[in-house]
Amino acid sequence: MSDPVFGPAPERAPDPELVQLLTPEGERVHHPGFDVDFTPDELRGFYRDMTLVRRLDVEATALQRHGELGLWAQLLGQEAAQIGAGRALAPQDFVFPTYREHGVAWCRGVDPVRLLSLFRGVDQGSWDPAEHNFALYTIVIGAQTLHATGYAMGVQRDGLVGTGDPDRDMAVVAHFGDGASSQGDVNEAFVFAASYNAPVVFFCQNNQWAISEPFERQSRIPLYRRAHGFGFPGVRVDGNDVLATYAVMKAALQRAREGQGPILIEAYTYRMGAHTTTDDPTRYRLSEDLEHWKLKDPIARLEVYLRRNGMADEAFTADVAAEADALGERMRRECHALPDPSPHDLWDLVHAEKTAELAAQQAEYDAHAASFEEALS
Amino acid sequence: MNEFKLPDVGEGLTEAEIVAWRVKEGDVVAINDVVVEIETAKSIVELPSPYAGHVLALLAAEGDTVEVGTPIIRIGEPDAATAPTSAPTSEPVPPPASEVPTAPAEPPVSSASGTDPIDTNVPPEGNATLVGYGPKQRALKRRARKATPGEVAAVVVPGPVEPSRPARALAKPLVRRLARDLGVDLTALEPTGPKGTVSKEDVLAAAGGVAPGVAAPRVSADPAGRETREPVKGVRKNMAAAMVSSAFTAPHVSEWVTVDATATVELVDRLRERREFADVKVSPLLVVARACLLALRRNPLINSTWDEAAQEVVVKQYVNLGIAAATPRGLVVPNVKDAHALSLVELAQALETLTTTAREGRTQPADLAGGSFTITNVGVFGVDGGTPIINPGESAILCLGAIRPQPWVVGDQVVPRQAMTLSLSFDHRHIDGATGSRFLADVAGLVSDPATALLF
Repeated sequence: MSDPVFGPAPERAPDPELVQLLTPEGERVHHPGFDVDFTPDELRGFYRDMTLVRRLDVEATALQRHGELGLWAQLLGQEAAQIGAGRALAPQDFVFPTYREHGVAWCRGVDPVRLLSLFRGVDQGSWDPAEHNFALYTIVIGAQTLHATGYAMGVQRDGLVGTGDPDRDMAVVAHFGDGASSQGDVNEAFVFAASYNAPVVFFCQNNQWAISEPFERQSRIPLYRRAHGFGFPGVRVDGNDVLATYAVMKAALQRAREGQGPILIEAYTYRMGAHTTTDDPTRYRLSEDLEHWKLKDPIARLEVYLRRNGMADEAFTADVAAEADALGERMRRECHALPDPSPHDLWDLVHAEKTAELAAQQAEYDAHAASFEEALS
Repeated sequence: MNEFKLPDVGEGLTEAEIVAWRVKEGDVVAINDVVVEIETAKSIVELPSPYAGHVLALLAAEGDTVEVGTPIIRIGEPDAATAPTSAPTSEPVPPPASEVPTAPAEPPVSSASGTDPIDTNVPPEGNATLVGYGPKQRALKRRARKATPGEVAAVVVPGPVEPSRPARALAKPLVRRLARDLGVDLTALEPTGPKGTVSKEDVLAAAGGVAPGVAAPRVSADPAGRETREPVKGVRKNMAAAMVSSAFTAPHVSEWVTVDATATVELVDRLRERREFADVKVSPLLVVARACLLALRRNPLINSTWDEAAQEVVVKQYVNLGIAAATPRGLVVPNVKDAHALSLVELAQALETLTTTAREGRTQPADLAGGSFTITNVGVFGVDGGTPIINPGESAILCLGAIRPQPWVVGDQVVPRQAMTLSLSFDHRHIDGATGSRFLADVAGLVSDPATALLF
């Protein structure tokens, strides 16, 4: 119903266009704005990344069920969105993840066992963000978008944007989800990024579910269009298509590095698993939905394309499967071997300098610990 | 040989129920093969095996509620299974009670140990322990301190204790409550529990072996197997709590009326023919539901809440119409939100969705909350009527009886008519007999002559 004064309601706007380069059936299609050619090695690399990351996720979920992890946030179904976004990065780009970005962590060279130690509760995130240009997982929903925007404004002030030097110009990526899009933090980040033209790419994996809340209750308009209201472009990409996600992310990062400001990418995907291992999605969503999205599986469509075009054979997929099994085995083994944290970490790691007060506290603790028949671990 | 201990699959869960084993003794499992399905307070979860090998023993039965940390399955090489007792080496995991009934340090359990009911709400001390752990681990939470001169362990006297009985009997709070409920004097009992405590069995024995209705044991307590005991939990537990709270806070008045529902039955038949209703179930319940919604409009006090805290009666301008549904897991009362605003077709669809969802056990908590008036349909069981208990937070409930042909006086003739009894219970704190009767008469009038809906 068009209002004579205010115009049409937003939900009546035409259906959004979805950037896609590989259909769910494994057909390669082309898009005028984002046409990229991929070499067979790159395509096989995507397949390998996605398969290994899926195994990483399945193994970690099983480890939680074994009682080895306190919690795990599954990425099942979102492999293409994460590998596409992760592989499009330049080494100098800096990423601010949520707690579900295992695929991006993989692309940044973070050992999967480091993810396990966080979810096992033996540390609070043990990789060095500066070493991987990959911040620690943020549990607070949406908070990392502000960190990313602030970081991007710093990058700008350091003169690392728009110099034309491809090894120097950098972009910052803020990962978040559809649920976070309703958070104040995310909207504030949009405002600041737009106002200061910060070199930040907002990468939203719209996996349709904010725990049990469906996407329909997050937004009346397609998420990527939110960006227009803040004054920067937005684009929706098929998040289950690793090629399209890669191409769109590559272009968005380049745009940010050149100093053209922020952009919002909505990677349209589906959370095939639970929100976390504590959640039971059968209580709030229909199995038909799941079946529908299974047909859009990101790995299956790439495998079909590779095989149909003679770029992968049985030996290749078997190799990757064997590599995945080895990864799973290593994760189990090294997870079991993760050491428990020492109470001394409190005094050793929190402050740079051990003051007299801290030393006294530690001595007091040691005396207390020594009063037990059985040693405190 | 490895034992898989029940993990905390949520965050901070303490127990889970074994729903179904996917493997049996003798099966060969690989790492991450699903071995069992469990239900926690939060979800139903499949557990993958952390070990590869033969299934040597399932240490918990389907339906058991097991504490987190309790071994549930033993996996290893088949030879190890032949050993009569599993002598734990490095890990001090006591063997299951079924094999070794008592740990040495424990006093003998009562003679009925093999068949004693297990109350999952209390630690399984001195009980026919479900699996593994004898005394509850948690009881040993405090670490032993190195003895220093002058310091004596106060209560902790290990081993079978000589009852130098204290004036006040030692017992856990749950046992104390049980004793109070059963009228048993704790100090008069000979304690047989660990460390001189009075155990649940002591109390039950003193009470003549009569277990209270609320205990949650698991299997038959009767040697001949002529009684079975079912745990009170989940939906049943909620139902019990809701009914008790309602029955003993709201003074119920019940009234009933038997009406000639022939016109309603004919209306239902006509509606079924209509295209709008082609895909939806049309039943007398639908017509009665609609009649209630109309009658509530005329008698708004029926659709209200007694707010004890504020000392106010909250009259609602909307109707969230609850339908009591018998599900495989017990009674649930989901409600149709804003039912007053729905057309007949929408109401029919909403009722169908509601009942289907409930029967599939997929009713969400939001659907159960916020009801303002409830209908219960006992007619489907062939029952005529009853005195229903009001759903807590509401003020009235209508019970719909079976429709059956009965002799009816029309004019001077006795003719067969489709008769039905409507029973209404209401909260007499704020609804007087006149209001309740008027509402019931309105509903009855609409059922006997649906055309009078035009008057509302």
